[in-house]
This record gives sequence, structure tokens and C-alpha cells, in this order.
Amino acid sequence: MPTPNRIHVMSESDVRRAVARMSREVVERNGGTEDLVLMGIHRRGTHVAAMIRDEIEQSEGVQIDSGSIDITLYRDDLEVVGPRPIVGGSELPTGGIDDKCVVIVDDVAFTGRTTRAALNELGDWGRPKRILLCVLVDRGGRELPIHPDITGRDVQVLEGQRVEVLVPELDGRLGVELIQTETEDA
Amino acid sequence: MTETVPPLGKDLVGLERLTAGQILQILDTAEPFKEISERRIKKVPVLRGKTIVNLFFEASTRTRISFEFAEKRLSADTVNISSSGSSVVKGETLVDTARNLEAMRIDMVVMRHGASGAARFLADRIPSNVINAGDGWHEHPTQGLLDLLTIRDHMGSLDGLKVCIVGDILHSRVARSNIYGLRTLGAEVAVCGPRTLLPPMVEELGCHVFPHIEDAIQWADVLNVLRLQLERMESGYVPSLREYNRIWGVTSERLDAAPRDLLILHPGPMNRGVEIDSDVADGSHSVILNQVTNGVAVRMAVLYLLAGGRPEKAEAAKQGAES
Repeated sequence: MPTPNRIHVMSESDVRRAVARMSREVVERNGGTEDLVLMGIHRRGTHVAAMIRDEIEQSEGVQIDSGSIDITLYRDDLEVVGPRPIVGGSELPTGGIDDKCVVIVDDVAFTGRTTRAALNELGDWGRPKRILLCVLVDRGGRELPIHPDITGRDVQVLEGQRVEVLVPELDGRLGVELIQTETEDA
Repeated sequence: MTETVPPLGKDLVGLERLTAGQILQILDTAEPFKEISERRIKKVPVLRGKTIVNLFFEASTRTRISFEFAEKRLSADTVNISSSGSSVVKGETLVDTARNLEAMRIDMVVMRHGASGAARFLADRIPSNVINAGDGWHEHPTQGLLDLLTIRDHMGSLDGLKVCIVGDILHSRVARSNIYGLRTLGAEVAVCGPRTLLPPMVEELGCHVFPHIEDAIQWADVLNVLRLQLERMESGYVPSLREYNRIWGVTSERLDAAPRDLLILHPGPMNRGVEIDSDVADGSHSVILNQVTNGVAVRMAVLYLLAGGRPEKAEAAKQGAES
């Protein structure tokens, strides 16, 4: 539901074009589709990963191995926020991740802590040949030395704003919006 | 989406006071933890830096090891203390033992104790999280939870399910935790065993009573067969093991007469040929080893859920201990 507090950033076709370009970049960076594994970060990252997978499978005509990561158990803020209901476990791709080119896919890059947790979890699962980070939106604000390799769009986010990626499976539509969280500034 | 479930609080003493939502939250949380034990590296860093003491005043193999695996797979640091070889045999009181452990800056205590109510007693006196691993005849909540999880895995839901607990109900903390948990989740519960081993007012817990095992087998979807502790025979509750097996034993002949296939649980350790025959224990409807596997996942879930939720109560307990 669009409200006055929501600012439109990317429309459905913007997202689809970005995904198409990111998919090409993924294949290019890997030098093809061999040993390519897509790992979406729970929850919206898995939807972005599925879009990229569909796109690559269509354009290249091959099956891409994929999985998902729920980083809940690798967070560094259990003491602060307390335990949260675990929504879904992680799913290892059928072929494993050893010696693969693993592409971590997330919806938004922000502090880098989620990526840090995902890297740790992948390290517990095996030893990929290479790991790439691919995000639909980079909003800046990193707290760790982590940088995405493939980005859909850089978005500047002011104080009191939050960026939200909307996916049809969870939100009923596709797009990217900025949300004004402090109403007095709106 | 999901309704909010009140947090478990500082401790897990029993299932009696938990709501259906809280019990289901533990079972749902256990699901992703099952997968961790299947990984090559069976470890996640969620309790990194936490110190957990396993304080066992009674013998235990399965429960202690299961807790220890759960703790280690969550990256906690663990210390095991059993009553033999500790200061307990020198006459130290429970609270003194616990306060000394507290002084070494621990975070959680998993305790088994012979006295009913020991877990509550300790939980009210120390700021660490306390998890009851069995206290006297009172409760053994993680065993109850792993039984619930195993039944749910195989039957889909507990609502409306008919579960009969067979054996020594009177002295069984496993039976009590099962009865509370099953009833809260909407299952029908019955008990079956010699009258000498049923609590006098067992119907008040909302249980049917079957004097004959044949009738229980006709009625039930699930049998949870309890261990007959051999000391019960010595103290005169049952005449002999052979007679117990003849009248109450779960045998394949008896199960063949059932109108449906029964799911068979047993908390272990089994007395084969006494309360359960070997061909039943090893048969296709036995989920006894699934219970053991689920035990680790359920205990990981409990440790995880308690780890973050301690603040106010811990403060109150700390002030109480210092004043």
C-alpha cells in the first residue's frame, strides 16, 4: 500500500532490467555457468536469487544449482536483541559448495554484518573456490570491510529512512521503496 | 502473521505452566536445529562465549550426553559435574554449590536432581538460566518435548491424537512432562500400568486409565512405554519382572491385535523382555532412536531460546541473593 511515507525508488521494470544485467554480470564474472552456485540470504535475498537463477537458466539454457542461507544462528547480536523465531533453516545446494563459485545474493547491502555471518556459515559448510557478493540495492553504511561485487543500484538513504525491496511472493508486488521512519521529517 | 508468544523467561523447569504457543515455538525452533547435526561441521556459533554447567546429582548417560552435544553444537563452553567426586558428597548444599559456580561466572545450569522441586528451588536463587534435566518424580521437560516432537514428526499433529503412557507412572517425571505437554497440545492421554504404580488421583490430570494393556492398545494411536525401574520390584510394587512382562509387557502378539499401527516410544534405557519385547523395540513402528536424535535438536532449541531472554528476572534473583 503506497502511503505518503513511501518514496518510490525502482519500479517493477527497473528491477527486472537490473536483475537481467546482474545475471549477465554473474555469468561474466564466473566465465560461464560452470560450477556456479547461487545462495540467497533468507528471506528476500532468496527471492532475488530465484529471479537471477531464472534469468540465467533462460538465457544460457542450463540448470543452475542454488540454495539458501538463514544467518539467524550466525548473528552477532543475540545478546542485544534476544532470540528470534527461526523461520527457515539453511539449504545446501545438491552439489555442495566445495570448489564452486558461490554467489551470495541479498536484497540490500547495509552494515555488512549479514554478509559476514553468511561468509562464516559458508565456511562451516565447505570451501568454495570463490565467493562473490551480489545485491539488488546498495544503501551504503558499511560497518565492516565488505563490498558487493555486483550491484543492481546504489541508493542514497538519509537519516530516518529505510530501504525496502518488495517481492511478489511476500509483498504482492515487485519494486524498491524508501520508507520514512521518522514521521516528523516527512 | 505469527502471533507473539510470551518468552519462556529465565528457566525451563517444567511443561506444566507453558502455553501451547510456547511449546509449539520450542518444537518449531527445533526443526532447523535438526539439520545442523547432519552437517559435516556440526557447529553454529550461536552460544559462543557462554559457559554452561551440567550439574548431575543422579546417574544419566543419554540426557547428559544429549545436553552436552546440544551445547557443543551451539559453541558453548561446558563443564560437567556429577555428585560423586564433587563437594556434594562432602555435604555442601545445593545453593552453595550453585553460588560457587556463579562466582566463576557461568551463564546456564542444566541440572538433574533426585528431589522433586530442586530445579525451581535453584532457579529462584541464582541469576543463571536453569534447565531442569529431571527432578525427582516431578518433571523432565526436555524429554517431554522430544517425545512431542517425535510424535509430531510421525503423526503430523498432536491435536486429537490418542497417546497412552505405559508403566510406572507414579515415579515417572517423564510421564508427568508428557501428560502436561500432550494435554496442552490437545492430545488425549491415557495411562496404563499396575495400580500400585499409578498416582492415586491420576484422573485429575485429565487422563484415562486402562487397567489392561490390551484395552490400551485397542484405544491408542501412540504408546509411550516407560522403563520399569528394577528397584520398584525390590520395594514390592510389582511381584516379579516375569509377571510384569506377562501382564503389562508390550509384545508383538499384543500389537498384532491392534486396529491400527501404533507408534512406539520409549525414553530409555530399555529393559528388553520386561516392559518391551525386542522385536517391538527394533520393529518398524519403533521411533526410539528418532527420539534420541530429536533430543539433541530440542535441547539446542531450548538453550537458544533461553540464552537471550534473561534480563529482569536475573536482576531480581541477583538482588535477592546479595541481600
